[in-house]
Amino acid sequence: MGDRIYLDHAATTYTKPEVLEEMLPYFTKQYGNPSSVHSFGRESRKAMDLARERTAKALNANPNDIFFTGSGTEADNWAVKGAALANRKKGNHIITTTIEHHAVLHTCNYLEQNGFDVTYLPVDEYGIVDAEQVRNAITDQTILVSVMTANNEIGTIQPIKEIGAITREKGVLFHTDAVQAIGSVPIDVDDMNIDLLSLAAHKFYGPKGIGALYIRKGVKAQQMLHGGAQERNRRAGTENLPAIVGLGKAIEMAALDIPGHNARLEALRNRLITGILSTVEHARLNGHPEKRLSGNVNFCFEFIEGEALLLSLDIKGIAGSSGSACTSGTLDPSHVLLAIGLPHEIAHGSLRLTLGEQNTQEEIDYVLEVLPQLVQRLREMSPLFNQQKGGQIFV
Amino acid sequence: MKEIYLDNAATTPVLPQVVEAIIDCLKNDYGNPSSMHRLGIQAEKRVREAKGRLSSLLRCTEDEIIFTSGGTEANNMAVLGTAYDKKRRGRHCITTEIEHPSVLQAFAHLEEQGYEVSYLPVDQNGVISLDHLKSLIRPDTILVSIMHVNNETGSIQPIRQIGAMLKAGPGKPVFHVDAIQSLGKLPVYPAQWGIDLLSASGHKIHAPKGIGALYIRRGVRIQPILFGGNQQGGIRSGTENIPGIVGMGEGAKWMAERLAEEGGCLAQLKSRLLQGILQAFPDAVINGSADACASHIINVGFPGLRGEILLHALEEEGVYVSTGSACSSRDKRFSHVLKAMGLNDRILEGSIRLSTSYLTTMQDIEEFLPRLTRTVQRIERFTRR
Repeated sequence: MGDRIYLDHAATTYTKPEVLEEMLPYFTKQYGNPSSVHSFGRESRKAMDLARERTAKALNANPNDIFFTGSGTEADNWAVKGAALANRKKGNHIITTTIEHHAVLHTCNYLEQNGFDVTYLPVDEYGIVDAEQVRNAITDQTILVSVMTANNEIGTIQPIKEIGAITREKGVLFHTDAVQAIGSVPIDVDDMNIDLLSLAAHKFYGPKGIGALYIRKGVKAQQMLHGGAQERNRRAGTENLPAIVGLGKAIEMAALDIPGHNARLEALRNRLITGILSTVEHARLNGHPEKRLSGNVNFCFEFIEGEALLLSLDIKGIAGSSGSACTSGTLDPSHVLLAIGLPHEIAHGSLRLTLGEQNTQEEIDYVLEVLPQLVQRLREMSPLFNQQKGGQIFV
Repeated sequence: MKEIYLDNAATTPVLPQVVEAIIDCLKNDYGNPSSMHRLGIQAEKRVREAKGRLSSLLRCTEDEIIFTSGGTEANNMAVLGTAYDKKRRGRHCITTEIEHPSVLQAFAHLEEQGYEVSYLPVDQNGVISLDHLKSLIRPDTILVSIMHVNNETGSIQPIRQIGAMLKAGPGKPVFHVDAIQSLGKLPVYPAQWGIDLLSASGHKIHAPKGIGALYIRRGVRIQPILFGGNQQGGIRSGTENIPGIVGMGEGAKWMAERLAEEGGCLAQLKSRLLQGILQAFPDAVINGSADACASHIINVGFPGLRGEILLHALEEEGVYVSTGSACSSRDKRFSHVLKAMGLNDRILEGSIRLSTSYLTTMQDIEEFLPRLTRTVQRIERFTRR
């Protein structure tokens, strides 16, 4: 066990040594611009093609349908905004959910300001979207459905295949934000009828600053970045070659043994969940007990502030999160926790611990040793807790 | 045979110390700067450090720097973000005919949405006229976007004078400068020069690909083009590319040192190149005047030859050059930049671009010149028409 325990893999992961290894030559030796016609450039292009093939293979997609972007956010923006604007003549209605990442939600807000109607489907208490509700929300104006594969905060896995079957039947485009799902949820864009899919390398042990969007052949999506003719004229900007190579290697490794990876992480996850539930009272597990990412643990501890707990854990060498990293700088309670029906004061007390490949049982046991004490200490300082002690147990 | 890389305007090798810093980030400081724990705070600290380095190269303040996924995104953000923000004030923009596609295509996108764009022509040296620019400015002009150094010919625009003129004139349109090719090779100080927005790219300053930056003068507002987690003050959503950012900071630091210490060395390389080429090929044409162009880019036409054939033949000699910008070298049309300078087709066809960096040595140039002579003579035997 190292001197610190990293349990924030949903925010970002370290880059695997094997991935880094493959990236390095593309900084200093094979640094050509992939668009250059000389052999430096051509070699770069070959490396890019390999990364594209590896990415396609992990999704059961055609390599020609993979487009590299600067981030998962850019991929989400491109999918939602691009598909909406390119298909505007067919209709102006978009369906999404209340628990999407802000890269999707804020893009939808932007589209609303520009004349689109957006339906935000609710989720149940576990954060699951009902596929039949998607069907019922589709009108003759609907052009796009965007539902994330798995949620970044509570880890809930959505019925993507069912939704895909419905959108295909209705002739509506289907985008899924799979940023959190790659490596944990097996993806098959054909079997699941996915038209657009976003991913980001730094969530599956690849580098930051690189993402990809899968765009099924024939699907129109207006360009987001304008300029050179890169990415078959659909995404301008000199290709970020080392990072693209890193993404290719990382996704190949992530897709290699999803069941094995999940089995390892689930054992740790379940140990952590069971341990917390049996040692901390007034603790609520957020998200579904089974239909959740193998590495995701999300709890609300009544009567305490998530931020305070986070800082106490940090002092003990444990890195966690109170929600998604993107919003953890704000004091608003998580929109995801509110969507699954938690009241404001409880949504404030959430803790997300997300496991990764290097975490050990020893580390989990250390967390289980430290966490109940910290919660207890923070509660003793909480006037709310003292008032309600002996009152109703919230679980 | 020693390889000679003279395509630094397309991309530059990443410096060893930059790679070190990137590896350190990927392995050790891999946190998400938005996270509240130590690793997150450490990542945030490294972003600030990098901002400090870039801002000292630009002589601006740290909070005026936003990181992007590259120069293209920075240019798109500047042009689209300004136009969307100022659309109630006006819908007229001014740019030049020789901008990079990431500016020109962004304007084309605006034209589709009802904006009006004036394209300034350039003279045979590739330089705009200040008077002409002045005459185009109207009450509804919201944006002027002019590149500092052209990527194909190296021609330099009078940015400082333009900035002064715009700040003194009526309306004060937002002034954007694409400084991707000039950063670290020529002084460019947006805060002092009246520049409101300035685009930079990492991989042109020996930092990695996939990272760029936009200087946004304090008080200048633009609309974001990426929506999401509201990172970087809400201006640019998306998890920050920490290794890229750190790499760009290191690159900027090194460029600032080189600019201060050996700004003259690029000029020496250029004058030797020009002298050597014109001596061996008296009918070669230098596109853009030597005085009006930056030292690290030379665009030379060999009448009667085809640039692409020359490029591939040079490659067999271990020399890497370009026929134009890398971005457009896959599309078959002639360079829009050389066309705007009024060159005839014979020169257009036979032009190549040689671009150096602070890593290029005089020895490289001495070895390059005989290889060039040999190569041109070899081709001429077959193709001279």
